[in-house]
Amino acid sequence: MSEQKLTGAQIVIKALKDQGVDIIFGYPGGAVLPIYDALFQQNDLKHVLVRHEQAAVHAAEGYARSTGKVGCVLVTSGPGATNAVTGLLDALCDSIPLVCLSGQVPTHLIGNDAFQEADTTGITRPCTKHNYLVKDVDNLARTLHEAFYVARSGRPGPVLVDIPKDVQFADGTYVPPAEVKHKTYRPQVKPEIARIEEAIELIANAKRPVFYTGGGVINAGPFAAKLLTQFVKTTGFPITSTLMGLGAFPASESQWLGMLGMHGTYEANLAMYECDVMINIGARFDDRVTGKLSAFSPGSKKIHVDIDPSSINKNVAVDIPIVGDCGAVLEDMLRIWKARAKSPDKAALKEWWGKIEGWRARNCLNYNRTESVIKPQYALERLREALRGKDHYITTEVGQHQMWAAQFLPFDQPNRWMTSGGLGTMGYGLPAAIGAQLAHPDAIVVDVSGEASFLMNMQEIGTAVQYRAPVKIFILNNQYMGMVRQWQELLHGSRYSQSYSEALPDFVKLAESWGCVGLRATTVAEVDQVIEKMLAVTDRPCIIDIAVDPKENCFPMIPGGKAHNEILFGPDDSPSDATPEDGMVLV
Amino acid sequence: MENAIEKHTIAVLVDNEPGVLARVIGLFSGRGYNIESLTVAEVNNADHLSRITLVTSGTRMIIEQIKAQLSRLVPVHRVHDLTDEGPAVERELALVKVAGTGDKRIEALRLADIFKAKVVDATLTSFVFELTGTTEQVDDFVGLMTQLGLVEASRTGVVAMSKGPAAF
Repeated sequence: MSEQKLTGAQIVIKALKDQGVDIIFGYPGGAVLPIYDALFQQNDLKHVLVRHEQAAVHAAEGYARSTGKVGCVLVTSGPGATNAVTGLLDALCDSIPLVCLSGQVPTHLIGNDAFQEADTTGITRPCTKHNYLVKDVDNLARTLHEAFYVARSGRPGPVLVDIPKDVQFADGTYVPPAEVKHKTYRPQVKPEIARIEEAIELIANAKRPVFYTGGGVINAGPFAAKLLTQFVKTTGFPITSTLMGLGAFPASESQWLGMLGMHGTYEANLAMYECDVMINIGARFDDRVTGKLSAFSPGSKKIHVDIDPSSINKNVAVDIPIVGDCGAVLEDMLRIWKARAKSPDKAALKEWWGKIEGWRARNCLNYNRTESVIKPQYALERLREALRGKDHYITTEVGQHQMWAAQFLPFDQPNRWMTSGGLGTMGYGLPAAIGAQLAHPDAIVVDVSGEASFLMNMQEIGTAVQYRAPVKIFILNNQYMGMVRQWQELLHGSRYSQSYSEALPDFVKLAESWGCVGLRATTVAEVDQVIEKMLAVTDRPCIIDIAVDPKENCFPMIPGGKAHNEILFGPDDSPSDATPEDGMVLV
Repeated sequence: MENAIEKHTIAVLVDNEPGVLARVIGLFSGRGYNIESLTVAEVNNADHLSRITLVTSGTRMIIEQIKAQLSRLVPVHRVHDLTDEGPAVERELALVKVAGTGDKRIEALRLADIFKAKVVDATLTSFVFELTGTTEQVDDFVGLMTQLGLVEASRTGVVAMSKGPAAF
């Protein structure tokens, strides 16, 4: 029987369906018209038309992070592909599995500076986990299946497949996913048992231990988060997590210390500083977390679990490196802990918790509660209360509001929190919220935003309206790029160079112009009212403009170049001697 | 951590596909690592495998990072640190053009003989020598020729292989 011939465009659609894709985020253009034509002639695969390609990638990230599946993007050649670059790098930095398909000029024109031609594989090489240019239609199906395999395996990441227009038109043979096996790429998932045994000995004998977990646990799936919770509860140890790892361990548990790092809690950072055994599971010793490297947790033995061998000993030298999937490692750790009937040093642990409770009593997230102005922290506390017990997902933009959201919103489950951690992309939150909302149509999805970040991708309101995605854009409007202003205040003599949000639109009218609901709170009393109204809207997006204190800064803060025990608690702490000269150059 | 700068010769077996060399070089430039020399050619025609030999330098921590980063590139099959896993042989090939007449020309020819360099082109006023040897031997030869009318030198960079029967 002769094999059925399909066009390249039909092969794309079939491969996506066979890979379990149900939604693809994209924007058409000349070089992808054959694929859009094939999309038109089928009903299984839903295409979501964004308003800018960067947002297509962020929406796919929101979809991927809230479902654990691979997100999918379709853009045209040239500007379509270059617009997607920021999103691709964002996904690379945060290890989010994506497949981005880009159109390319026909093969015979490649290199001729054709209309809308860009060297897309060249441009995206450092912004993707891997990329491909498919020049032969008979390699197309295989390449697409490989792309999905690479995107989701090992440390996940974005993969781009560049498809010239003539390849989309050409007839070729389809191969199903089962027949495609990658030649070389076999990331190590199962850890070395000897290393786990060493780690268990160290953990069992720890006097002042702390778990430090990250996005690796989230990426390993809900099962890994469950195992983590079980192991942490079994040991009774304190646990903190990075921005990326929030939700893997329930924030409502007493062992939870809150987030660590530059804007982490006092108790989390001091526990890291004074611990004798650090158990890093799926985090990467990022500079936002470590602060001054030479003073980072100076007295501890360090265990580091990571699926990416290049993360080990990159920033911080560790004592027990374990390469493997966080879920597989935690499974082995729990098994060996039980098999060897290990138990923690209860007396030492009691003393350690006593110390931690002392730090906790400092109540580092406290702020000046006032009736005269809406504090951003207050607005988030009210949002937290309103969302309690409701099925919800949170995305953020980047800046002060992002850190406040991480501090004040509790996450008891993984995959509920989506924020641009590694790249810090303003404009991430709205499209990511749309992606999460389309994946979870009945849940509440809130984009905690700032007015400046919102403006970066606000065109996506149109997308949300078109697909009836009732996302809530919760703008903490302080009329500043708040984090920029905070750094200018602390480090640059309060010279607020270009950080004021001049010429802002009326967000309520803006919402109304799109047929959305627009709400505004300017007094403390109005905060609860607008949150209640916002949650009642279920058929269209809602923009909430909360006029917060423009001068509020985000604390605690470890200034760049400082150690975990050198924390600023609030505006009364002197910033002048806070940052050493060599810390000034750090971002 | 040891902060001394070490020089390492690393062999990388990769799929010979478009862009693979750009991936390797981009990794070095993007992360600020040094490349002292780099050679690449297909070594297995049937499986389309190329072998890249590169000489790099850095602290022990950097060298380990370089190997880990290379290993995680998708088209990379294997990464071997020939300096760590030694002993290994390392060779370079050089073409060296020397121009001159009289005593200098004779001296150049005499030195070429000592270094076992071959004459691959000769005119009445010039020679092109072909020399194979370690980096140091090539350095020495080029250094001597500088005084005898060196016009230009072209070097392949290091290719290397572990000693003994084991395959890479």
